[in-house]
Amino acid sequence: MSLKKNILELRKRKEKVQLGGGEKAIEKQMAMGKMTARSRIMALLDNESFTEYDLFVEHEGRDFGMDKKELHGDGVIIGTGTIYGAPVGIFAQDFTVAGGSLGLMHARKITKIMDHALKMRMPLIGINDSGGARIQEGVNSLAGYGEIFYRNTIASGVIPQISVILGPCAGGAVYSPALTDFVFVVDQISKMFITGPNVIKTVLGEEISMEELGGARVHAEITGNAHFFANSEMECFEQIKKLISFIPWSNTVRAKVFPPKEPKFKGNIEDIIPSDPKQPYDVRDVIKAIVDDSDFLEIQELFAANIVIGFGRMNGQTTGFVANQPLVLAGVLDCDSSDKAARFIRFCNAFNIPIITLEDMPGYLPGVDQEHAGVIRHGAKVLYAYSEATVPKITVILRKAYGGGYIAMNSRHLGADFMFAWPTAEIAVMGPEGAANIIFKKEIEEAEDPDKMRQIKVQEYVERFANPYVAAAKGYVDSVIEPSETRSLLLHAIEVSSHKDDQRPFKKHGIPPF
Amino acid sequence: MSKQKHELVDFAVTARKYKTKLTKKFINRKFYVDPNPFEIESHIPGTIISLKVKEGDSVKEGKVILILEAMKMMNKVLMPFDGTIKKIQVTEGQKVPKGFIMIELE
Repeated sequence: MSLKKNILELRKRKEKVQLGGGEKAIEKQMAMGKMTARSRIMALLDNESFTEYDLFVEHEGRDFGMDKKELHGDGVIIGTGTIYGAPVGIFAQDFTVAGGSLGLMHARKITKIMDHALKMRMPLIGINDSGGARIQEGVNSLAGYGEIFYRNTIASGVIPQISVILGPCAGGAVYSPALTDFVFVVDQISKMFITGPNVIKTVLGEEISMEELGGARVHAEITGNAHFFANSEMECFEQIKKLISFIPWSNTVRAKVFPPKEPKFKGNIEDIIPSDPKQPYDVRDVIKAIVDDSDFLEIQELFAANIVIGFGRMNGQTTGFVANQPLVLAGVLDCDSSDKAARFIRFCNAFNIPIITLEDMPGYLPGVDQEHAGVIRHGAKVLYAYSEATVPKITVILRKAYGGGYIAMNSRHLGADFMFAWPTAEIAVMGPEGAANIIFKKEIEEAEDPDKMRQIKVQEYVERFANPYVAAAKGYVDSVIEPSETRSLLLHAIEVSSHKDDQRPFKKHGIPPF
Repeated sequence: MSKQKHELVDFAVTARKYKTKLTKKFINRKFYVDPNPFEIESHIPGTIISLKVKEGDSVKEGKVILILEAMKMMNKVLMPFDGTIKKIQVTEGQKVPKGFIMIELE
């Protein structure tokens, strides 16, 4: 009899606490077009897989009348569950409880699940929806943030860390997502900034809306802080699930291998590429012609679109793709595209994912803004990331491979394991026009018809250098291949490098040009 | 790529022009302008706390010409060389963004 009473008591307590900030606050949350923290977790995880921890945690605030307030779960829900059977640790800030503000116990709950995910070697997903630090708790709330950042850093490269911004995420709070591997944002819902519109208005008199300052689109297109942009929370959860299916649970295991599938693409791969090297095409069509089931998960699609990064599968095995995009800014490398590619390469390397590089690029973006923004420092990150990577590294040169760009895009010289080139490849210090202008300056100037002479000399340079055979003659390119052979040769390359062992000298860590 | 320019344009990288699309960020980039030594710009966004000179004043190099409060600090803005105050573009209490031309010199 008495046991039954205890069980009923537990159920009653649970029911009360699971409502978070109560029905009114939940209504308010829904009116803002947002799901509740609990419904988000349920929507993201496999059915009935969520197990909650620390439901009965209470907050520690003792000042400013906080001791009289009940904050259920202290504004955050934590636990474990599965996504397509993959175990994950998860926390979701509950905006209905004191605006999801972060106090000491709130932070303790988050660090608890972080520690747990790290120890169990499983991915961590953090859903952010918080007004920021709980001011009534003073330095305790700052301590909480710091302890989260520390764990983000320790777990970096050991377990995949995913941040989902589903509400405000302002001030110091933004640095936890910034330290994680993938940040998801939803249009009109996500807001991220260090100083908000009010402070900016007070200090500067500049007026800007939250959406224009740090909305989802801003971070997906301009800052590059976000990796995936969705139009709704449900679409966002589908993106997260898809990503989880591609990445391993930790740096000691491989991503799940799927049954091999032929690409859906049935045409001739060479027909994707125009014969005139000045004409663009969408390099994603080439990737889709190569990967299993033509299924390519693009990352940071809207940011620095002059380079394309993402995951596909080759015979069922997850593979990272880095490809210049001739359709946007002619596929040049610049500050943003270098940052984007370098970080992705480092993710792949940390989690043992082979990298395929598709190259077609005319060089670095010229301009004062680029030079002054530090294109040297940013561009160096690509060299560093490729050189540092010890996973299988395969390059296919599709067309242009000029100058520093040729070196940067996983050349043989940076340790590429396989260098393939299509017969359309042009490997040279610069484009033929520029090269002819320099080498044959005198002949062109002194000719009766300089324009005609320039054309002749450009043609001479094209015939001499704008091909893959000079590089192939030196062994810098292993093999000049027919485009239709690309997939089968890539599959072979990945297969024979599955036991790659590339030992490097011991060091605490390198010093990449951050 | 909703906000990208959809039409292909000629885009020069070294001597060759490529047909390609431009990004919004590229189109909106700031063009470099040579700094004018006769214009005193705010080096940080803030508030003009006090003006120490009037238009027409001859001022020696190193003298304080105004105080710009920014990030809770009172920043002294000094005269860069001996010269005359030609025009004052700000008033006390005014908030200025970074790079705002506050004073013109002769």
